[in-house]
Amino acid sequence: MSTTPEIGVRDNYETKYGFHDADGFVFKSRKGLDRDIVEQISKMKGEPQWMTDYRLKAFEIFEKKPTPTWGADVGQIDFQDIYYYVKPTEKEAKTWEDVPADMKRTFDKLGIPEAEQKFLSGVGAQYDSEVVYHKVQEKLEKLGVIFLSCDHGLRDHEELFKQYFGTVIPSSDNKFAALNSAVWSGGSFIYVPKGVHVDVPLQAYFRINTKDMGQFERTLIIVDEGAYVHYVEGCTAPTYSSDSLHSAVVEIIVKAGARCRYTTIQNWSNNVYNLVTKRALAYRNATMEWVDGNLGSKITMKYPSVYMMEPGAHGEVLSIAFAGQGQHLDAGAKVVHMAPNTTSKVVSKSISKDGGRAAYRGLVKVAKGATDCKSSVNCDALILDEDSRSDTYPYMEIEEEKVSIGHEATVSKIGDEQLFYLTSRGISKDEAAAMIVSGFIEPIVKELPMEYAVEMNRLIQLQMEGSVG
Amino acid sequence: MRVWGELHDLDSISTTETGAIFPAAGAPRERSSTRREAPERKRMSQTPDLIVRDLHVAVEGKEILKGLNLEVRKGEIHALMGPNGSGKSTFANTLMGHPRYEVTAGDILFKGQSILEMETDERSRAGLFMAFQYPVAIPGVSVANFLRSALNTRLAEASAGANGSGAVPRSKGIAPKEFRAMLTEKMKLLKMDESFAGRYLNDGFSGGEKKRAEILQMAVLKPEIAIMDETDSGLDIDALRVVAEGVNALSGPNLGVLVITHYQRILNYITPQKVHVMVDGRILLSGGPELALQLEAKGYDWVRDSKEVGAR
Repeated sequence: MSTTPEIGVRDNYETKYGFHDADGFVFKSRKGLDRDIVEQISKMKGEPQWMTDYRLKAFEIFEKKPTPTWGADVGQIDFQDIYYYVKPTEKEAKTWEDVPADMKRTFDKLGIPEAEQKFLSGVGAQYDSEVVYHKVQEKLEKLGVIFLSCDHGLRDHEELFKQYFGTVIPSSDNKFAALNSAVWSGGSFIYVPKGVHVDVPLQAYFRINTKDMGQFERTLIIVDEGAYVHYVEGCTAPTYSSDSLHSAVVEIIVKAGARCRYTTIQNWSNNVYNLVTKRALAYRNATMEWVDGNLGSKITMKYPSVYMMEPGAHGEVLSIAFAGQGQHLDAGAKVVHMAPNTTSKVVSKSISKDGGRAAYRGLVKVAKGATDCKSSVNCDALILDEDSRSDTYPYMEIEEEKVSIGHEATVSKIGDEQLFYLTSRGISKDEAAAMIVSGFIEPIVKELPMEYAVEMNRLIQLQMEGSVG
Repeated sequence: MRVWGELHDLDSISTTETGAIFPAAGAPRERSSTRREAPERKRMSQTPDLIVRDLHVAVEGKEILKGLNLEVRKGEIHALMGPNGSGKSTFANTLMGHPRYEVTAGDILFKGQSILEMETDERSRAGLFMAFQYPVAIPGVSVANFLRSALNTRLAEASAGANGSGAVPRSKGIAPKEFRAMLTEKMKLLKMDESFAGRYLNDGFSGGEKKRAEILQMAVLKPEIAIMDETDSGLDIDALRVVAEGVNALSGPNLGVLVITHYQRILNYITPQKVHVMVDGRILLSGGPELALQLEAKGYDWVRDSKEVGAR
């Protein structure tokens, strides 16, 4: 795969996240992708035949589908130069003591066990292709909450799994969804029973360790009637000179009166292609909220979507994209109104600096018959210097007349007057610029749980270091 | 180097039961439109804290200041007056180091040292302050967070220079609780509602609120020399009064103030020891408060004319 240029802006990433462990995997497939590899993955996982068939069919679709030519440039990905399956351990651990020492050390460095103790009700930790640690609080288990790796979801709850898997995002949806469907491994499987409120977030952390590897986690979340869950995912990877691929599929079903919030803090190293398909179906009076923070990766293409299937459903996408040198983040949202009296809200904040490119790409769709819908889209871009770029691609497909659609977009640059004002109070230029950026994304950051808000602001500070000449 | 151990020590400030704000050290000031005698200030420092020497400043190649001379000591209140376009705002911005203003000749000395090579933030930390005529909005940044950051950069610098004498550690800054208590106290002093601290800086503020926010920043940051840029004559009277009351509340032996105004009206609320009249990039006349009265009666043309006559 192509070599990433030296990245200046995220140099600080190196010490904090960019390290890697010595290869400690128990199995690594050969490089490249063909039917044999797909079958091998399925066999190693001991999957039922229907899943093997599903994977093989998806692989065919993947081979037929052209690589998208819109959005960011993904034409340079060499699909034969990737390890599709790297199995780090023999089995998933339920205590951190059972996680191999170097992996445990990695997650310690990333603060995962500490966060679990302090403010989470369940944690999954994926290392390369497999989840190496998974634990959910007993009291949640007693209430019938299922929080497993996706593999164990299939193994332990096959009927439930089969009922929903692939129903929100079919393999044929796009090339990368097909790829994920063929080689998926790890990710989360969550079921929240009727009326159960999981008050404290569940978190999954995704870590790539092996060079030239592809991570293809798969997540399926079912929130039953009147239930609530907040799921948080974080991710980092070592900084390698060659590129890695991360291509996830996340499917969510939010049943009548339920609410699901899905928060992402994407902090991949700048050599990762991050091509993710995320979609939720929201039924009567249900609410689906995506809170999507994108700071890392070389290229991101991700448009979390909400399909409002029945009256009263509400969809929300709040997203931040911060593109620095060598980064192209093409992110956004899709809200699809399939039923009358549904509402949606999109707030997007994109920041670009040091030649980075951030784009908002969004779709508002109102299907025929979906009257009295309301949708508001607000996208703001902040450009920090002359070399950087910001684009907005708002698409609208409105097939009904009695609807209310609002779209507002602003583009601004950090003003000299703002910098002068803040520096006149003794704040350095760098800190002043970081402060302006923090303020810019505040409407979204304030939606995050406190710990993540602090983390988000810290990441922004790191990204901003040494940024103003 | 400033000592920041006395952060929430409101040494020079007290309030009366009427809610009016007076400098504790001087004679109580009346909050009325009648003019008062300037309080005698003793123990003034020997050398002026701010010395402006033959200052020439150009904006985009055009010379605006043409040899300005001025001296301000801590403990003094000066008024710099002049017609529109005389260069008052240029002077304020130059003092604070706005990149658009180019000093072509002359010097500005603050506490005996030239500040021309200093960045804006360094000037601020050294003890200069400018109250903006039109403060810009910083959406998403609360007044409290902003002020705490501003204060912490000062503390960091102070402790870095205090060679381990037990000052606040560089990285920590002021404790949130301590800061909150100090801020609440200052806001009370300036008769500001507590909710103000949580609002985004200058975002959607009324004219009066913006002025109040500027004064609050001055109260928290405790400069040694403050420049109040009130050049615009169009300010409403309440905003003007806020500035005046703020200056009165904060003035004392440790603060020198330069109020820049077009309008004599502010002098109904503040009594400066010195009044300077600026015309065409230079100070043509300096005098006591009586000069402001003469200006009010005769207008700026009088200064120009009398100067020309005197020159002949």
